[in-house]
Amino acid sequence: MDPTLLAQWQFGITTVYHYFFVPLTIGLTTMTALMQTLWFLNGQDVYKQMTKFWGKLMLINFAMGVVTGIVQEFQFGMNWSEYSRFVGDIFGAPLAIEALLAFFMESTFLGLWLFGWDRVSKRAHLASIWLVAIGSLLSSVWILIANAFMQNPVGYELRNGRAEMTDFLALLFNPSVQVAFPHVIGGAFTTAGFFVMGISAWHLLRKSHVDLFKRSFQLGAIVGLIAIGLTVLNGHEQARHMIASQPMKMAAAEGLYVTEDPASFSVLTIGDFEGNEVFSFRIPTLLSLLSYNQLTGVVRGMDDLQVEYEARFGPGDYRPPAFVVYWSFRAMVGSGFAMLGLAVVALVISLGDLTEKAGRWLALYPLAILLPYVANSTGWLMTEVGRSPWVVHGLMKIEDAVSPNVSGEAVLFTTIVFTLLYGALMAADLYLLRRFAATPELAFGPLDAHAAPDLPAPSLVGTD
Amino acid sequence: MTFDLNILWFILIAVLYIGFFVLEGFDFGVGLLLPVLGRTDLERRAIINTIGPHWDGNEVWLLTAGGATFAAFPHWYATLFSGFYLPLFLVLVGLIIRGVAFEFRSKSPGAQWRRLWDWGIFVGSLLPALLFGVAFANLTRGVAIDADMNMRSSLFDLLNLYSLLGGVAGVLLFATYGAVFLSLKLTGELETRAAGLARRLWPFAAVAQILFFGASYLETDLLTHIGINPGPLPFAMLATLLVAGLFILRGRNRGWTFALLAFTIAAQTAFTFGLLFPRVMISSLDPAYSLTIYNASSSPYTLTVMSVVALLFVPIVVGYQIWTYWVFRKRVEAKPEGLVY
Ligand code: HDD
Ligand code: HEM
Ligand code: HEM
Repeated sequence: MDPTLLAQWQFGITTVYHYFFVPLTIGLTTMTALMQTLWFLNGQDVYKQMTKFWGKLMLINFAMGVVTGIVQEFQFGMNWSEYSRFVGDIFGAPLAIEALLAFFMESTFLGLWLFGWDRVSKRAHLASIWLVAIGSLLSSVWILIANAFMQNPVGYELRNGRAEMTDFLALLFNPSVQVAFPHVIGGAFTTAGFFVMGISAWHLLRKSHVDLFKRSFQLGAIVGLIAIGLTVLNGHEQARHMIASQPMKMAAAEGLYVTEDPASFSVLTIGDFEGNEVFSFRIPTLLSLLSYNQLTGVVRGMDDLQVEYEARFGPGDYRPPAFVVYWSFRAMVGSGFAMLGLAVVALVISLGDLTEKAGRWLALYPLAILLPYVANSTGWLMTEVGRSPWVVHGLMKIEDAVSPNVSGEAVLFTTIVFTLLYGALMAADLYLLRRFAATPELAFGPLDAHAAPDLPAPSLVGTD
Repeated sequence: MTFDLNILWFILIAVLYIGFFVLEGFDFGVGLLLPVLGRTDLERRAIINTIGPHWDGNEVWLLTAGGATFAAFPHWYATLFSGFYLPLFLVLVGLIIRGVAFEFRSKSPGAQWRRLWDWGIFVGSLLPALLFGVAFANLTRGVAIDADMNMRSSLFDLLNLYSLLGGVAGVLLFATYGAVFLSLKLTGELETRAAGLARRLWPFAAVAQILFFGASYLETDLLTHIGINPGPLPFAMLATLLVAGLFILRGRNRGWTFALLAFTIAAQTAFTFGLLFPRVMISSLDPAYSLTIYNASSSPYTLTVMSVVALLFVPIVVGYQIWTYWVFRKRVEAKPEGLVY
């Protein structure tokens, strides 16, 4: 059994699980903080209910973000020990800083927020949810700084058989982070915006808690539109950066085999991934335009890059699996534009009376909750798979990164257990999210009376 | 030996583990006692709420220790976690189940559902409590590290009598510590029951610790140690454990009892690190293959950067964590009003 392949699968599976929960955590803590700020400022009950309701969903989601993250912290040492030795001088630093600056802040103040409703002043309580939100942003900055080194290594020198840090600031201001951070954060707020709109629309269609969900839908539409706009615009910056730092990834994402100038953009290409196209719909010069902000410009194809890389790095196959990269790029961009449209519609209808004429449109939003999840997962999929065969671009290949003393059987076993365990927990998580999303009363009030079955249930809906 | 950044980082990592065991130690204890102590759903909820606001912050001490090891001693991080692959995997499984269980258990009313998560909390506390003892005992005893810094011990090499004794001693100590903690944080009938549990658990914890301590003289290089001799630390540890026991048996001075046990745990962790120093992992194949704070470390530049970051931020973190313990200093009552779910 090939430990490298299995370790890749394990990394991919655990990361996709982690990133399934992370964006909603980032976006929804901030939205909860916004709602609580509104309540703090104008004291209306409906904002308190919103804070409690969305805060509850945030908490349920947060728990899964935490426990899927724990594995991330240790799996570099477990499965990728050669990688850890090679880059530890650089890569360990942001990881440690992330824990020290961000995880402590998030976990401590979340505890304070959850248990502190009547233990601390209103002001301190509000501050604590903001600190959780800031903590989650800090967490993403630092993990992206770590990840950026793998995409675009800077601030290092090769010494003693490893990459040693020579310039900490260069690491922090890695151009890769500067394009990835707004994109990831945009994606996170998009996720939260669509989540809020979707659940609100579901309730509005049923005319339940109309005031609460109207305001929520409006807030979701505003946040969602700003966020998706930013994400899409910034996606363009991402592409421009990628062409400079990892041209092979761009070529794979576009299914481009031969160098073009001006280069066309593939909307849809069906072929055998050997370069023989069956069907192709391409927009001429668009790719050059995207990459350089002008009508001409060379975009190199995979075949030419392969020749160049062999000359630079020695014999080997430097092409990533184009199938995965191409289709995940399409899925991300496709759902991105779909969400852009939906967000505009949402803002327009939420200016009017949401319950009457807009009803037909509202039915779209519960389903649209899936879109940001597709975009987030496929985004990372293309980013990571597109980097192969490199684990650190240009410096270390994936097959040299894996732990030599861990057997394929051990990796297979742990992968199966993690997959099943996370799967089961995710099912429980979705069940709870559904339960709490469908019955807002569960989250209101000082006492969550539903929680103690030995008590008569005062909730309106009874128990299941 | 002059003081340098490598030594500073060794100490910092030791401090992070001390913080982790002193704080998460009572969390583990609470989890271990949950099925015994809580007879009704309400009681179990009250027990969980004693650590509700804190357990996640306490767990971050471990994550930070992991991150700090990666940053300051990459080879230590790589050798340790790839070498202790399956034990670490079980620790992770435990922590995963536990973390979710705290959050999920009360969110659905079914009795089955809650029983399942309560067991999750128990198992999720038992696995890490046991395996950390096993791992640390193996660290001081030495493991099969080869010339390439790769550890070649199988799971069965790691499960020897000495390390299992270390694991069991740890579980019993944490359980006692958790019982004392609960007797400080609960009221009425539950408080009395927790104090009773502490009284019954303490003798077992004390015997296990004394056996483990004796075995350490046989199984490790404590007597011929090349670095710092841990000196009076082990004796201080046993002394505090015994005095704490006297308090427990006479039912007095719970606050002091708790502090003494916290010190016992801190001293035991410090003892382990003292035994290692200046090595970070001991090779049983050839002393020359051992990892030390020098051959396993990052470059001086990275250590400098990280030192600045740590000295700036560790005090802030410690400050706000203490503050939250202050905010939640009141005892938790097993009454439906006022319990947060
Ligand atoms: C809601 C989420 C979301 C949405 C709507 C989009 N993306 Fe994205 N994208 C991500 C979520 C994401 C991500 C998960 O956040 C990634 C993975 C790694 C990263 O930096 O961001 C990503 C990566 C990523 C990359 C790779 C960067 C690299 O390899 O360094 C490019 C080129 C784009 N995106 C481009 C786009 C474009 C042109 C979009 C236009 C519609 C778009 N993204 C929408
Ligand atoms: C930061 C350290 C990271 C390391 C060492 C790492 C390493 C790897 C490796 C070796 C692969 C396999 C690539 C391939 O199959 O071609 C991979 C895949 C992947 N990674 Fe990363 N990556 C890192 C960061 C991240 C982050 C931060 C995320 C997202 C949150 C992420 C998401 C993914 C995804 C979605 C895959 C695809 C699944 C797969 O191919 O198995 N990675 N990663
Ligand atoms: C290699 C990749 C990653 C590692 C090693 C990692 C590590 C972790 C860990 C250990 C936790 C749990 C903290 C706790 O117990 O409190 C966590 C949670 C979290 N992570 Fe990640 N993570 C990775 C990727 C990402 C990415 C790409 C993002 C965002 C862009 C992110 C943002 C978060 C957030 C917001 C949480 C929320 C929960 C919390 O901190 O408790 N992580 N991560």
